[in-house]
Amino acid sequence: MFSLEKLVSIIQAWLQSTLGDPWAFIVVCILVGLAAITLFAILGLMLVYMERKVAAHMQIRLGPNRVGPMGIFQTTADTLKLVMKEGLTPDGADKFLFNLAPFMVMIAAMLILAPIAFAKNFQIWDISIGVLYVAAVSSVAVIGILMAGWSSNNKYSLIGAMRSAAQIVSYELSAGLSILAIVILSGSLRISDIINSQADGWWIIKGHIPVIIAFIIFIIAVTAETNRAPFDLAEAESELTAGFHTEYSGMKFALFFLAEYINIFIGCAIGATIFLGGWMPFHIGNWEAFNHIMDFIPSSLWFIGKTVFLIFLIMWFRWTFPRLRVDQLLNLEWKYLLPISMVNLLVITLMAIMGWYL
Amino acid sequence: MIEELGTNDQGDMIINVGPQHPSTHGVLHLVITLHGETVKKVEPHLGYIHRSIEKMSESLSYRQFSYVTSRMDYLSSHINNHACALTVEKGLQIEIPGRAQYIRVILDELTRIASHQLWWGALAMDLGAFTPFFYSFREREMINEIMEETCGARLTMNYIVPGGVMFDIHPDFQKKVKHFLKEFKSKIHEYNELVTGNVIFQNRTKGVGYISKENAISYGMTGPSGRGSGFICDVRKLHPYEMYNQLQFDEITEEGGDAFARYMVRIREMEQSMNIIEQLIDNIPEGDFLAKTKAVLKLPKGDYYTRVETARGEFGVYIISEGGTTPYRIKYRSPGFSNLSALNDMSVGGKLGDLMATMGTLDLVIPDIDR
Repeated sequence: MFSLEKLVSIIQAWLQSTLGDPWAFIVVCILVGLAAITLFAILGLMLVYMERKVAAHMQIRLGPNRVGPMGIFQTTADTLKLVMKEGLTPDGADKFLFNLAPFMVMIAAMLILAPIAFAKNFQIWDISIGVLYVAAVSSVAVIGILMAGWSSNNKYSLIGAMRSAAQIVSYELSAGLSILAIVILSGSLRISDIINSQADGWWIIKGHIPVIIAFIIFIIAVTAETNRAPFDLAEAESELTAGFHTEYSGMKFALFFLAEYINIFIGCAIGATIFLGGWMPFHIGNWEAFNHIMDFIPSSLWFIGKTVFLIFLIMWFRWTFPRLRVDQLLNLEWKYLLPISMVNLLVITLMAIMGWYL
Repeated sequence: MIEELGTNDQGDMIINVGPQHPSTHGVLHLVITLHGETVKKVEPHLGYIHRSIEKMSESLSYRQFSYVTSRMDYLSSHINNHACALTVEKGLQIEIPGRAQYIRVILDELTRIASHQLWWGALAMDLGAFTPFFYSFREREMINEIMEETCGARLTMNYIVPGGVMFDIHPDFQKKVKHFLKEFKSKIHEYNELVTGNVIFQNRTKGVGYISKENAISYGMTGPSGRGSGFICDVRKLHPYEMYNQLQFDEITEEGGDAFARYMVRIREMEQSMNIIEQLIDNIPEGDFLAKTKAVLKLPKGDYYTRVETARGEFGVYIISEGGTTPYRIKYRSPGFSNLSALNDMSVGGKLGDLMATMGTLDLVIPDIDR
């Protein structure tokens, strides 16, 4: 059976035997970096294509269907167009911050890729504080957005950036608390431990209603953190034209655009990892035959499938709901989601102490 | 006026919304004073699409001048043409054949439905939902096809001429209209499920952009925007023209005065319009569709005023004639201008997002405001 784990270990063993200790490590680092960047680009292109097809399906139209079969090269063509465009810097802008901002957002998105387990034992860095690392690094992106809004010297950008900052900082609490719920249940911050704790059943199944509540709150928080409709106030094109990236053009705009999709992917990947078992196949109690068939599906497919399902959910939200107003958005977080997730966390702690899960 | 740095002495931010902006639906320019997210003042600046239609009409004959009115409120161009034709007919005292009256009213109501459909999609887009726009255009396309078959045009009809209508209806007209009515009855349910019942939508519109009945009257708000504040102002009921007095339909009013009330008025008006068409579509009488008129029309000396109910409110045509072949002076009373004048009153104290909801429910068509 094909497995990414085997492939990686073969490459690593070969490098080790040919290059020796320090050089093999350096080459592995470079390869991982290149792989991450490639993944980044491919993910961006795929997700944009998926978004356009999903949107088209919901809006009774066809979507891209001209460039390549079924229009799959449409996003590539769009990216090429953006690369060739001139990246304007407005006269009144703070040039250093203006040009730095898209890279900040991009790098923050890239760093979170590290602890994500794409398949069984296929992880860039299985850090012991994995979940905490994700929560911490994901908040760096807001600095990039604030920088973009402030340095553009555009009032729409500034309003968009301020909205975005308020929004991301608030919703991080709910996202963090719902992740914490699973950390309490599994007893570890390490991503691989969290996945292994779900070998006999995903948390969303064996955690009963409190975990389902935590999952729903997590999905809402991820939608808000990635500035997606119905929480796309930072971009709110009917109010702020394009929000914080109004002044950006060419590849600098594309970086923001791609970072948004990468952030969706990462948010959904984390959701899939901690609530839906990551690469863990779906198992039902003692059904040996069924479990065996499920095991036969490669672990990478399980992970990708779950993540894409969550991404589809978030896209579905976007093409269905109107946008919230800024005060309603903050009310929702501080008056509803945060108290609910705090009480929920208490219930889950009680559950963990009493052992009330399967 | 607008300061250099974009802030006034109280530290409020002054931003320009428009003339090119996604939610002004045209070239409206609003200068907004913002205190944080709260709107302190809204100042509409007009003139970006002024074409001096009123002055232009003074050199056009009585057959020609209604053609430019299609370019004013392009979403209810048919009803604008209707008002012009009615004014000329009033001056010349032409009797319009029954068949023409039926056709005119049916097409008026179809235009009203089409306009409200587009408004529905555009409002949802202002509030950040994209999908309703495509849904509304799917149904609007059916009306456009009927219009295309009947009038030869999809947007600027120019179908109503003094004395009746320009051509007879297409043989398939009745069948297609009935098909549309049948389809749209179920679709309006879908509209309500997708948008009206949505919690986010209700939160965004309820209590937003409030205007009292007294203020609505003093600003001269008419049409669905005025009726959303409980102002009984439907010209079809108060001053019936054509054969509206023989028809059974309700004037829709809501007492709320907020964006949601104006929204509900339009949704329920679409149902009333379908009701009107249903009463007429099977009974179109046989006979002429155009009364015999002189080749060159000359209105007797005097002044003439007619008003009709367009999709946006009361549209008035005022003609002063000196007895010649062209009008001496023409004045249009367009509903959008009066409705826009209330915008500042309605949106002060609200958030920036509320302004878009308010503007959306006023259903502004900029060429109608700026003639």
